[in-house]
Amino acid sequence: MYQYDEIDQRLVEERAAQFRGQVARRLAGEITEDEFKPLRLQNGVYMQLHAYMLRIAIPYGFLTSRRLRRLAHIARTYDKGYGHLSTRQNIQFNWIKLVDVPDILDELADVQMHSIQTSGNCIRNTTADAYAGVARDEIEDPRPWCELIRQWSTFHPEFAFLPRKFKIAVTGAPDEDRAAVRFHDIGLRILENAEGQRGFEVIVGGGLGRTPLVGEVIHEFLPQASLISYLEAILRVYNLFGRRDNKFKARIKILVDALGAAEFKRLVDEEWALIKDSAIDVTEEELERIRRYFIPAAYEELPSSDARLASFSLGKDRAFGQWVRNNTRHHKVPGYTIVTIAVKAPGQPPGDLTHEQMDALADLSERYTQGRLVVTHAQNLVLPDVKTEDLPALHAELLPLGLATANAGKLTDIICCPGLDYCTLANATSIPIAEAISARFDDVDYLNDIGDVSLKMSGCINACGHHHIGNIGVLGIDKRGEEFYQLMLGGAPGNDAAIGKILGPAFAKHEIVDAVDRVIQRYLTLRESPDEPFIDALRRVGLEPFKEAAYPDAKKDKRPAASARAASATTVAAPETQGT
Amino acid sequence: MLIIQDRAIVDDSFTHLDDDTPIPSAGDVTVTLSRLQSERERLAQHTGRVGVRLKSDQLPTDVAAELPLLDLIMVEFPKFTDGRGYTTGRLLRDRYGYQGELRAFGHVLRDQLFYMARCGYTSFVMAPGRSLESALEAFNDFSQSYQAAADERRPLFRRIAR
Repeated sequence: MYQYDEIDQRLVEERAAQFRGQVARRLAGEITEDEFKPLRLQNGVYMQLHAYMLRIAIPYGFLTSRRLRRLAHIARTYDKGYGHLSTRQNIQFNWIKLVDVPDILDELADVQMHSIQTSGNCIRNTTADAYAGVARDEIEDPRPWCELIRQWSTFHPEFAFLPRKFKIAVTGAPDEDRAAVRFHDIGLRILENAEGQRGFEVIVGGGLGRTPLVGEVIHEFLPQASLISYLEAILRVYNLFGRRDNKFKARIKILVDALGAAEFKRLVDEEWALIKDSAIDVTEEELERIRRYFIPAAYEELPSSDARLASFSLGKDRAFGQWVRNNTRHHKVPGYTIVTIAVKAPGQPPGDLTHEQMDALADLSERYTQGRLVVTHAQNLVLPDVKTEDLPALHAELLPLGLATANAGKLTDIICCPGLDYCTLANATSIPIAEAISARFDDVDYLNDIGDVSLKMSGCINACGHHHIGNIGVLGIDKRGEEFYQLMLGGAPGNDAAIGKILGPAFAKHEIVDAVDRVIQRYLTLRESPDEPFIDALRRVGLEPFKEAAYPDAKKDKRPAASARAASATTVAAPETQGT
Repeated sequence: MLIIQDRAIVDDSFTHLDDDTPIPSAGDVTVTLSRLQSERERLAQHTGRVGVRLKSDQLPTDVAAELPLLDLIMVEFPKFTDGRGYTTGRLLRDRYGYQGELRAFGHVLRDQLFYMARCGYTSFVMAPGRSLESALEAFNDFSQSYQAAADERRPLFRRIAR
């Protein structure tokens, strides 16, 4: 874990002091709310429906027990006792008083945390593969690069007032993208060429929101040492030419789409040619300095535990077996296992943790995983370094905390935005729908029979719940003052990136859970074998059978042309290259 | 009019001419880019100092050829959320080697000054009604910076052994 030196520490303290002054000037009426808004946003303070929301940065999702305890303290002292894990691996508190924020920032700075650039039209928290550093399929730990990007982007004077927000994600696992890099403003994939050299595949212009687009590759193999100059070239082109007349057209994806990837790349290359190999690029010494913080802590020398893990999943204790099967993953070090804590208990908003749970998890992490935890973009937590032999004891301790839900990667492991319950932008509630779906599919045997399928839900077209890239996506909309829900199928965030297709007319609030159920039933009857996951079956048969299932009362072939188009559009061929 | 220049409050010596006002025989003046281009010869003979005012969508390349003539470049920030001027400043300094006065005007507020100074701006016309004394404090908001910019060409790791 990166540790601040005195310079890093002084900067977060100076930031807290700066914001204290800005709040004081706002409260004294020296600056208007319009002028204050971008200042508070760049410190993660949003105005929500009922109160201010504070979004705290968890760089690339990595937490320590000490930091989690501080978050518990903040939840207890300044909020209503809980926090919400976000899809950008951050944590949000929904009931904050503006006057308390400077004190909270001081409390965060004390444990090397901050809320810098967690919102606003600037470079946001860089995200990474949640299994970074421990995944067996990783060729390089992406976190040192994320930390380098964090430092480069923090208070970058040229890019603090971009046309719109800007998000970067990095993965070091070429075969399985767990960071959704094709749906970021910039996605970076660490690759290795035939000569054994490392480079980045640079993907630009992906995103969700109103205009979902899969990103375009503009550099197939960027030498790693040139990363910062290349990023600076991309940002500079975007800052000068990104649209500023319409906030809905201001993301870099719109610029890339309008110019075409080839022309965008030409502009970037032209700029890059003038700044590459200059002093702005990282030195080998600096990279080594950062890398030293991510050297794995001491692992015991243990025999492989793969067989043990398999036997756990088939053991007599069925609840434990299901949990092992769904919530663990092979570690790169023999004898260790990566554990996912699904923060998706039935009846709980996805990603919500109480302060008691945070404190308990901090204790558990110290006893079982060297005090390290990771927030995932699926709004779960990962314990990265658990000894396989400790799994039964860990599971027994998670049970009474309500944190042993065995549904990681399954239908009820729902990604969901705060929705109309909290958010001023939302058109519909999302958390109650997620809870209703969790209740409907509560049986773990049934969930396992359904297998791996992702369900993602947003309460408005801004798509904070990433509904476009759920195998099943649900989008809340407003129809004449009533909440309705669109159902879409076929989205995928990873190497097989695809944007879901809308199935048909939106469902009323009381219909949507049944519709999801009917889609699942249809999958179960048409799959070739229990080993064919939902997304594979969908890609094989197309949308039509699911459409029939979802709309049983609709007249067949009412709109043949539209149906044919929809069907052919979903036999999609992943990866999809371009959206709207 | 009072402005901030080199971190001090001073009186602006320039007269800012619109396109219809005749160029006076002497004294410091600024003009729009189009007037600079159309009355280039005349301005080259001007006895006072000459400056140009750029809109936020006018690029450094548009003015690059005129730099030897210029003592002042003013870049407009029509809204303080319009950040193009930060790149304009850096390019004028880093790429075109402009060494004269670079001034931000328009919706310029205290909390942008630290970033503007890092992007090469040396003088500032604050938005109406803003305290210039208070604004001066903003240059000291942060004691250190991670990245290279116009004020410091080396990133932190090339300046200090960490």
